[in-house]
Amino acid sequence: MAVAADATASVTPLRERASRPMVVAAVLAGWLVLFAVLRGRQTLTLAAADLTGLHRWLNDLNDSIGANRNSNPLFLYFFNEIRLAIDNLVTFVQSLISQPTGTRPVPQIGWLGVVGITGYVSWAVGNWRVALLAVAGFTFFGLQGLWQESMDTLALTLSAVLVALLIGIPLGVWAGLSDRFNRIMTPFLDFMQTMPTFVYLAPLTLIFLIGGASAVITTVIYAAPPAIRITAHAIRSVPETTVEAANSLGTTRLQQLVKVLLPMSRRTVVMGVNQTIMAALAMVTIAALIDAPGLGKTVVQALQSLDVGTAFNAGLAIVVMAIVLDRVTTAAAARTETARRTDARLLRWRRPLLAAGAIGLGFVIYVSHTYVWAAQFPGHGAVGSHIASAADTTTGWLQNHVSGLTNGLRNVLTNGLLNPFQTLLTDSPWWLVGIVLVALALVLGGRWAAVTGACCVGLLVGTGVWSDSMTTLASTAVATVLVMLLGVVFGVWMGRSALVDRVVRPTLDAAQVMPPFVYLVPFLALFGATRFTAIVAAVVYAAPVAIKIIADGVRNVPEATVEAATSAGCNTWQIITKVQLPMARSALTLATNQGLIYVLSMVVVGGLVGAGALGYDVVAGFSQGQLYGKGLAAGLAIVLLGVMFDRITQAAARRTRA
Amino acid sequence: MAPAQTEVSQRRDTSEDPQDRTPVVSVRRLWKVFGPKADEVPGSAELCGLTRRELMDRTGCTAAVRDVSFEVSPGEVFVVMGLSGSGKSTLVRCLTRLIEPTAGEVVFEGEDIRGADPRRLRELRRSKFSMVFQHFGLLPHRKVVDNVAFGLEIRGMSKAERVRRALETVELVGLAGYENSYPDQLSGGMQQRVGLARALAGDPDVLFFDEPFSALDPLIRRDMQSEVIRLHHEVGKTMVFITHDLSEALKLGDRILIMRDGRMVQCGTGDELVGAPADDYVRDFVRDVPRGDVLTLRWIMRPAEPEDALDGPELGPDVVVREATRAVLAAEKPVKVVEGGKLLGIVGDEEILSVVAGAEGGA
Repeated sequence: MAVAADATASVTPLRERASRPMVVAAVLAGWLVLFAVLRGRQTLTLAAADLTGLHRWLNDLNDSIGANRNSNPLFLYFFNEIRLAIDNLVTFVQSLISQPTGTRPVPQIGWLGVVGITGYVSWAVGNWRVALLAVAGFTFFGLQGLWQESMDTLALTLSAVLVALLIGIPLGVWAGLSDRFNRIMTPFLDFMQTMPTFVYLAPLTLIFLIGGASAVITTVIYAAPPAIRITAHAIRSVPETTVEAANSLGTTRLQQLVKVLLPMSRRTVVMGVNQTIMAALAMVTIAALIDAPGLGKTVVQALQSLDVGTAFNAGLAIVVMAIVLDRVTTAAAARTETARRTDARLLRWRRPLLAAGAIGLGFVIYVSHTYVWAAQFPGHGAVGSHIASAADTTTGWLQNHVSGLTNGLRNVLTNGLLNPFQTLLTDSPWWLVGIVLVALALVLGGRWAAVTGACCVGLLVGTGVWSDSMTTLASTAVATVLVMLLGVVFGVWMGRSALVDRVVRPTLDAAQVMPPFVYLVPFLALFGATRFTAIVAAVVYAAPVAIKIIADGVRNVPEATVEAATSAGCNTWQIITKVQLPMARSALTLATNQGLIYVLSMVVVGGLVGAGALGYDVVAGFSQGQLYGKGLAAGLAIVLLGVMFDRITQAAARRTRA
Repeated sequence: MAPAQTEVSQRRDTSEDPQDRTPVVSVRRLWKVFGPKADEVPGSAELCGLTRRELMDRTGCTAAVRDVSFEVSPGEVFVVMGLSGSGKSTLVRCLTRLIEPTAGEVVFEGEDIRGADPRRLRELRRSKFSMVFQHFGLLPHRKVVDNVAFGLEIRGMSKAERVRRALETVELVGLAGYENSYPDQLSGGMQQRVGLARALAGDPDVLFFDEPFSALDPLIRRDMQSEVIRLHHEVGKTMVFITHDLSEALKLGDRILIMRDGRMVQCGTGDELVGAPADDYVRDFVRDVPRGDVLTLRWIMRPAEPEDALDGPELGPDVVVREATRAVLAAEKPVKVVEGGKLLGIVGDEEILSVVAGAEGGA
């Protein structure tokens, strides 16, 4: 390996780039040779119930925080206060729509009122089409027999979004106005967005205990970054000349903000609200792992008992809620643009209609507050039982009839790709894998990526879950390879054909708004509880983003270049391989980056359905006290893997762009 | 038909005696340097002597405006002309402190605005001067009338009052009927009329134009130039106009300042620039200007020799050559150039032809 590096160092820079794949190949070959010799030594394996010193120390830390929660001033006057305030907010919203309070056996607003409010608000901020969709979607929750669970999820999501926007929009405005603050914020936001949703949970439970408040705080932390980022972006993209013109008329800074910057960034900020809501919904469902009430909890419990029917029913409710929230906020964003274009005649009718609607809404809310039939959703969720049993039947049928196919696929991929690779990673001495990772970082990403890689490897060893990390790394790598295969095939197809793009893109967009959680359910039905299920779910979860990035990269290859290649006599295959893909190289690296991050976050969630490794360690940490410290260390290991992937691929992307 | 004529500012009457009125804007030794330690550059005789490139290499600073001085008289249209990168846009922004000058004075109606605190500066911007921008800078979420009223609104004028005033101004710039449109429903030329109306609505003393018509199509540009001339006749505002287009400068400007690399190269009326270019740069610049359209008899007359017949027709010295051509060629004898009863010189067929023929030859 050192010889190879020396050889490349001596040739000219132009040659060096061409030979980078050869260096990578040399590194991998060296690894295989050493693996054959050193197999099974210094692998740092740790059995499921074994702990290291760090884990025990973290357990002790948890215990001591638990013991001093009400005496330590930091907790007494700061963390506990936050928890209390959030708890009050959540309880208040829950008492409105989901949970009985005091002497009332039902929430303040019954199902009819909630459906009415949803429809009215959707109509007021969006249009009547999304209002119909919202009403239909919310009624569906009741029919599924998941009304209260849905309302719990909604209550948590709304509370989190409220807090996230209260924090995020002002911070975003600040970051938009001040370059210095923006420079300080950006690395934090980058870091927060590369983290898998999962890892936020553990450290927060340490401080805020498990339950609704913790779930909302986690969600706020996860959902605020998009709000901050997009608001800042919106403020920054107000044209310079407009700001200058307003300045030249003598505006004060406040007038500038209120009359120019905020109105002009409104549409983008509403899109930021959309992102925040979708992020919050995704996180709220995952927060079920720390005992947050709602649909997520139903899914988690069903997944843990491999009850596909119930999981599917609840997963479907999450999907419906995601669609409704996404469509309504997207329509709201579109409305800010189109409102003034609408016919003046329609506009004149709008105000009285809104007022009439408000009166009707008030009546409906009153009814749902007063009468039981309007407060509690009638029936017993017969539709839900049907869905669940249909899902079960389908699963049974699939397992009986298609299992040959699915098992074949699973076995081929598991035995042919996953197992050898995983063995290579877990059975090599830890220092050998470490050297290989650092060498790859050096070749692909440059010196700084290598330094980051070395730090991450060192810290991974320190967490004591090295072996589990390598298992997760193997799954992630395999899934990412599959994602990139899909990405290149579909991305090139979409990039070359506008028609395919128009057909496929909406599906990808829809797939991206789904909380990662729900992807597990159908694949659990198909493949049972194995590592492979998590990998397939991860591929499906990460593919849309990779496909879109590659499609855009291919599309952005200048028309003239393609034309020139065609006129030089290239056939389609030559154009793709010699012109379009090489020119979309930086899109490919970016897609790898995003693919890795998405895959990682899904692979760890897969710990719930038998993927084991780091994801399982984290989940087990929530449920078993003595494994708490190990779970926390596993969360840290996930963060380290994420940082390492992100830094290396980012550096590689920068190199290809240069 | 004559080939494309260069139209020339025809409003000499407004600025005949700039000396006897105090200037509205006077700029003295103005500097704007971007970069680290920008403050040190104007004070250092050594650094001042460097070219832009050398200054960049030595200090990392860019001198956008270097030691510029001029005065603008009331009612005058003062044009600053230069190619891109010559510092003209920076100069005009320094005049209203949209960009903070590094050194020098900008005296506005007797007050050095560099000393104004933020509150006073806002007051000045609200009531004394306003600006028209190349890319309009309109607010897309407001109707035309609200865009025009924006400056009045931030002054705190009541709604009824500012709408009334805005509607008047909209009418003045020829946009009546479009009050309730949104900017993106208008063409570029119409959007710039909104920008113009917004600048006029506050009834400022001075209007600054930063290449206002550069983003427009040539035909629309010509319309808008005429519009500015018409408005200048109607409202008589002092205007400082930035352009990179020489024909625009000659058409609008009473006086023209030519900038290059941040320095002022020459400042004078159009015929002075064409008749007596200060250096090769200006000479190159004005080479393609049809001289007959710009030069006046003053520039081509020769002293009367004893053998000249002095009983020909009389013309004033500020008559443009093109307009005098027919009269001079028709006359049997040389034309006398007379100002206030005093004979300044004479112009014969020879002088006229050398200008007209020379111009048409593209010399």
